[in-house]
Amino acid sequence: MDIRALLDRPTADERDAVDAVLGEPASAWEGGAFSPLDGHVAYGGHATRARRHLLLPALHAVQDAVGSVSRGALGYISERLTVPPAEAYGVASFYALISTMPRAETLIHVCDDIVCMQYGAGELMAAVEHALGPPGATGQLSWAPSPCLGQCDRAPAALSHAAGRGYANHAPAAADSLSGVEFDELPIGLIRQDPSQLRLLRHIGVVDPTSLDDYIDTGGYADLRRAIDMGRESVLAALDASGLRGRGGAAFPIGLKWRGVAEARGDEKYVIANGDESEPGTFKDRILMEGDPFAVVEAMTIAGFATGAGKGFIYVRGEYPVAERRLRHAIDLAGEAGLLGDDVAGAGFGFELEVRRGAGAYICGEETALFASIEGLRGEPRQKPPFPVESGVFGKPTSINNIETLVAVLAVLEMGADAFAAIGTERSKGPKLFCISGAVSFPGLYEVPFGTSLRELITMAGGIRDGGEVGAVLVGGAAGSFVDRSNLDMQLTFEGAAEARTGLGSGAIIVFDDATDFAPVLRRIAQFFRDESCGQCVPCRIGTVRQEEALARITADRMLGGMSDERERLDDLARVMTDASICGLGQTASSAVQSAIRLRLRGAPW
Amino acid sequence: MFGAGGGTSSYQEMEETDLIVMWGSNAREAHPIFFHHVLKGINNGARMFAVDPRRTSSAQWADVWLGIDVGSDIALSNAVAREIIHSDLHHRDFIEHATAGFEAYAESVEPYTLERGQEITGVPAAAIRQLAHEYATAATAQLCWTLGITEHHNATDNVLALINLALLAGHVGRYGSGLVPVRGQNNVQGGGDMGALPNRLPGFQSVADPDLRGKFERVWGSAIPEKPGKHISLMHEAMDEGELRALYVIGENPLQSEADAKQMERRLKGLDFMVVQDIFLTATAELADVVLPAAGWGEVEGTFTSSERRVQRVRKAVEPPGEASDDIELLSLVAREMGHDWPTPSAEQAWDEMRSLSPLHGGMSYPRLEGAGGLQWPCPTEDHPGTLFLHGRLWEDETGPKAPFFAVEWVPPVDELDDDYPIRLTTGRRLDSYNTGVQSGRYPSPRRIHGVIDLSPEDGARLGVADGDEVRVSSRRGAIEAPVRIDRSLRPGLAFMAVHFPDDTDVNQLTIDSWDPKSGTAEFKATAVRIEALVAG
Repeated sequence: MDIRALLDRPTADERDAVDAVLGEPASAWEGGAFSPLDGHVAYGGHATRARRHLLLPALHAVQDAVGSVSRGALGYISERLTVPPAEAYGVASFYALISTMPRAETLIHVCDDIVCMQYGAGELMAAVEHALGPPGATGQLSWAPSPCLGQCDRAPAALSHAAGRGYANHAPAAADSLSGVEFDELPIGLIRQDPSQLRLLRHIGVVDPTSLDDYIDTGGYADLRRAIDMGRESVLAALDASGLRGRGGAAFPIGLKWRGVAEARGDEKYVIANGDESEPGTFKDRILMEGDPFAVVEAMTIAGFATGAGKGFIYVRGEYPVAERRLRHAIDLAGEAGLLGDDVAGAGFGFELEVRRGAGAYICGEETALFASIEGLRGEPRQKPPFPVESGVFGKPTSINNIETLVAVLAVLEMGADAFAAIGTERSKGPKLFCISGAVSFPGLYEVPFGTSLRELITMAGGIRDGGEVGAVLVGGAAGSFVDRSNLDMQLTFEGAAEARTGLGSGAIIVFDDATDFAPVLRRIAQFFRDESCGQCVPCRIGTVRQEEALARITADRMLGGMSDERERLDDLARVMTDASICGLGQTASSAVQSAIRLRLRGAPW
Repeated sequence: MFGAGGGTSSYQEMEETDLIVMWGSNAREAHPIFFHHVLKGINNGARMFAVDPRRTSSAQWADVWLGIDVGSDIALSNAVAREIIHSDLHHRDFIEHATAGFEAYAESVEPYTLERGQEITGVPAAAIRQLAHEYATAATAQLCWTLGITEHHNATDNVLALINLALLAGHVGRYGSGLVPVRGQNNVQGGGDMGALPNRLPGFQSVADPDLRGKFERVWGSAIPEKPGKHISLMHEAMDEGELRALYVIGENPLQSEADAKQMERRLKGLDFMVVQDIFLTATAELADVVLPAAGWGEVEGTFTSSERRVQRVRKAVEPPGEASDDIELLSLVAREMGHDWPTPSAEQAWDEMRSLSPLHGGMSYPRLEGAGGLQWPCPTEDHPGTLFLHGRLWEDETGPKAPFFAVEWVPPVDELDDDYPIRLTTGRRLDSYNTGVQSGRYPSPRRIHGVIDLSPEDGARLGVADGDEVRVSSRRGAIEAPVRIDRSLRPGLAFMAVHFPDDTDVNQLTIDSWDPKSGTAEFKATAVRIEALVAG
């Protein structure tokens, strides 16, 4: 509040785009035409400020319509939501996909991250630059480099955004196909395993992701019925007994989380599906959301039932337009079929589900940053405690779960907790998805029981392509750690990963062959964290920059002092970031670099 | 109110109440510290209504802004009252138990239907009804006002109209509910508490009461006139009539702060003798025969008292510059020059004498004030914790004197609009400046909006003027020229000027000095003006 309005006015197109999200302005105070009554009364306050969460959707709407968010559009949104323009600008400029400067009508984001670079992204960018000129130009068509787009199973990847038409993925992307951008949906990623043997991926490529009937015909929504028949307490007990732990990286027992929300005080509670899959090398949730959207919707409905939450959000990464469309469609169909709404499936409980689109911010995968993003704030993490089960989105009890975790809940209900718990190891139970990418013959998504070894997984993916040897494997994505050939027999479990001084994280397994020079890989990882640090806390904001600078100096052979001085500096930075950052981003921003040094990988600064 | 001149509530209650009504108060700008407590309340979920002709930066925080026509406050409050009574939402038990005069009051508001309320105030009936229902049904509610209520020719009636509402809904005398006239300067409350009022001794003790006078006379060793002194508007009359010939001005700039500045200048210049005691050489001081340089904040020992009746210690950090001295010393020096054997007491000695005479302050020793971080009056004894909110007695079995309703009628502002003077000009304050700018005008502020006249976009368009264009503003008393600032918070027919820049845009050349016979306050808030664009030449 205390708004000092911008004088710039929106264009008609911008205004229409905003009104489509916020509704027509009710008075002159919201930007409508002046009527004499407006001089004597105005309504606002809590009711208007409660709509702050529509800020990001409104920004998206403008960006989708005209390609960028002008001062006039920003001012109009600010006026409508009573958000100070400076604050709205702070939000708009937080996100990589929202442009507050004029940009090309069609912009192609070309992935230059560590997997795509193994698949010719460098050559692709050179060709694109040759055709379109340097990145960031205005006009009809331009391009910009981008961090991982989550298409690592079919690298190299690109994502285009055209004013008035929205986003489209391109993978594998070729320079000549990018200049005349097509907006056809890509097929869902190929699953190379026998679907009938799978629990989590069995619908992918088998069930039509746009047909509720098809989903129901193949056993869909039986788990919701089962949950309703069991009752809330039995569902929670089954989840406890199943040993299911979160698949997003933190491995928190889901039964405990859901019970926390179920038992939290108050009537207003939320469940959130975290589909902001942004960890480089990770694409499992994309494939689930694109290929089995009804399963996500069904699992969320069960989450609402079991926790007592009346409202759910599915937060989908902005780079996943197909997933977003399919989920919205699935929600529409489920609503029409009475499987969402005031009285779900006639069982006497209400549950609403809404899709929210991210806008290009890795940090928003962090749960409290994701809450802030939904609330219309900059996606900056919060201190914990309080934990989300007490104070999550909008300060209300919230259960936030990874997409894979939610789909695994369906497996627990269908198989029974005991059968689910019988899969895997004593401390890591159930089936698990791994995204293998990089130097293997068949990159893709694989479902295996916990306990499978890294070597077995690489073998399933066809081994090292072109007959090479494993150089190193980055387990857990950019936030994970490298393991080398000596650890190929590590068990892919929470405990096995810890033993190998890494973590499963998001389930990203990025393989590098033995010809790899790791210097540019580490540099790219360091750049990634520098770009994605939200800037809120000092250790991360400064530390990620200093880490990248040190690596740049080493690569350019312009070291300050000798290698040991630079190494000492990197170690100090790593310790500070790990110990003192607010959230996981800063705490893990040095882990890949540090592990590469420890393993003395080629090109790492050891 | 009900016998003591202070807000009933504590800041803490603003933060925990359910409903806040800001009536005639742009506290966001004029009382920013107080408004921080309001904001905490809003953040904690309190709903807020703003009643103000302008949609000010305070009103922008409101759930509902009621944009009344200037000077129609009583019509609005009476319409709110009638709606509460007709909806059977008035607090029957409280009214029965603790108040007097309800029947006559109810009868007096009967003509103020929602429709009539809308007709007089301009505010849609639905919004009046909403205020009535939410105020009456809120579990706790604070009714706050400032100069938008008191700078009218019928200021006291305006205040009574608001007090009536609190009595009607039972929103006074209990935690979270109260009546809050917010104070402007950090120590305005303290000035009144100390008896800087024509009819009161320290602690709001009546000059008219011989026993109370006697108590003071015994300690002070001199007789106190039984006749009350004059408030400022009566002083103006006395100056006009030649009865008042000498003036001692302490920390005021009446040449620039009083309505109808031309008249004021004539009055001050007509005096035989004027002393000004101030920390700055104000415009008034320029006219003085003697100027006594006073010490400022940080250069004196003493106490300040905030709007929540909290007395707090203020300490000397540096010596006053040059010949400046604190007010106690200056007054003692003057007394000695007049032939009285006055010592110069320390601030604490003066305070201890005062609290031996004022029951409200009796228990507030300096050590206690220091230890507690300030105490809220009444605090009669050393073991009394101070008082969070006033008038709790109204809810007790023994209420003491009943709180009376006062029937009040709406009358329009004195300075009527007509074809020659069709625009209603109202005055007020901005965040970066204070009153006539004596204190705040001496340093630059990036937020300062200099002397301008604010016009609605519609009036600006009608006059063919834009930001920065000069206009002539004329009232029945004078005319000034000022640049225009277009302000969306104004509706057509309503203009606004700040009071901070008497040297270049002296709004008090225009204002009317009609004043309230009960409080002596002039009607700064309602002037009829004509505005003409000045053709560039």
